[in-house]
Amino acid sequence: MRFEVAASVAEAVRMLAAEPGTTRVLAGGTDVLVQLRSGLVEPDLVVDIKRIDGMREIRAEDGGFRIGAAVSGAELGEDAGVRALWPGVVEGMELIGSTQVQGRATLAGNLCNASPAADSVPAMVAADAVARVAGPAGERDVPVAQIPAGPGKTTLAKGEFIVSIFLPARPAGSADAYLRFIPRTEMDIAVCSAGVSLTIGGDGTCTAARVALGAVAPTVLLVPDAAAALIGSKLDDAALDALAAACSAAAKPIDDKRGTVAFRKKVAGVLARRAAVIAAERARG
Amino acid sequence: MSRIHVTTSVNGDEVDFLCEPDETLLDALRNRLGLTGSKEGCGTGDCGACSVTLDGRLVCSCLVLAAEAEGREIATIEGMAEGEALHPLQKKFIEHAALQCGVCTPGILVATKALLEKNPDPSETEVRYWLAGNLCRCTGYDKIIRAVMDAAAELRRA
Repeated sequence: MRFEVAASVAEAVRMLAAEPGTTRVLAGGTDVLVQLRSGLVEPDLVVDIKRIDGMREIRAEDGGFRIGAAVSGAELGEDAGVRALWPGVVEGMELIGSTQVQGRATLAGNLCNASPAADSVPAMVAADAVARVAGPAGERDVPVAQIPAGPGKTTLAKGEFIVSIFLPARPAGSADAYLRFIPRTEMDIAVCSAGVSLTIGGDGTCTAARVALGAVAPTVLLVPDAAAALIGSKLDDAALDALAAACSAAAKPIDDKRGTVAFRKKVAGVLARRAAVIAAERARG
Repeated sequence: MSRIHVTTSVNGDEVDFLCEPDETLLDALRNRLGLTGSKEGCGTGDCGACSVTLDGRLVCSCLVLAAEAEGREIATIEGMAEGEALHPLQKKFIEHAALQCGVCTPGILVATKALLEKNPDPSETEVRYWLAGNLCRCTGYDKIIRAVMDAAAELRRA
């Protein structure tokens, strides 16, 4: 294994593209190091991107925020601006691992690890976040939902890596929330999870919503039917019941040691409903 | 594999070492620098026995490559006492018998020091959540939490 420190995005792309063998991009390393040490992956080249300008920065942009690919969960959580605009994304990120893991883990890394149970991803998908991908052909912007291809697999091509995540601007009266179910209180992987982002108009009507579920399909699932159940409603019980039913119907989980199909389908609806209520409380201020 | 030359700061002292590209910071601290206070429990970032700070940020040194430490500032348990004078946290851990086998203790002390620098007056709940990534299989945690709360109170009075 070779270890290289890239000084620029272009240099990182060149290194990753030129290596014929297995490559890994190193930001926080909280997944890469575990894979490396378990022998699950034996990379020929690891490229550390943390010393590239901007990778560890959170920048205000067009009313939203651009989060560098190496910004840690701890750094994200300490940013009052991001916390105010996208509290659900921050709470999803902060649920990952321990304080120690938070010191290193990143949004971009959580996305590229491509676990169906990744805690930050449903919230980012609900937020309609956009990943900026650098590669041999230059940079392109890709909706976060299109990055994971399945467990452990992404749609990124050879030589490509994520340089930042963009969390967009949003109208007044907007907020988001993320909830997961785990059998403990901390340090666990989601059995099932839900992220909800919504906007409430002046008369209390929900004017926009996005709902995403985690750990109930090979990738995080956007559920348009669940959003449709909220839009145009005053978030009354009937609308919330319809949201929960849409989520339970859309969930396509598997049985495994952490939960059964029936449990996950039921809980997907329960969590989405609760997340919608929390997001609405935040949106109303 | 060709070795990498790393120059870094550990507990305020400039040090350098040669490491393998896939060597962890934990292994470099223990095997190259003789700083065996940081322990390997799980090696997967779950147990916190290898906790150190990297540029002031609490991390698991088992999940950091040694080569990443180039030019950074690392603080380990060995930098906690000043000579023979124990840090108030260390004294309180002894006073409250907040350890049995002691393998988790260096990591818990490093993690707790980082907490108290950020939040000198944490609630018991905040301490428990902050230390969720530091596993102790002996004490049942209660004495650890009591020692931390007592040390925090003493540090606030100081």
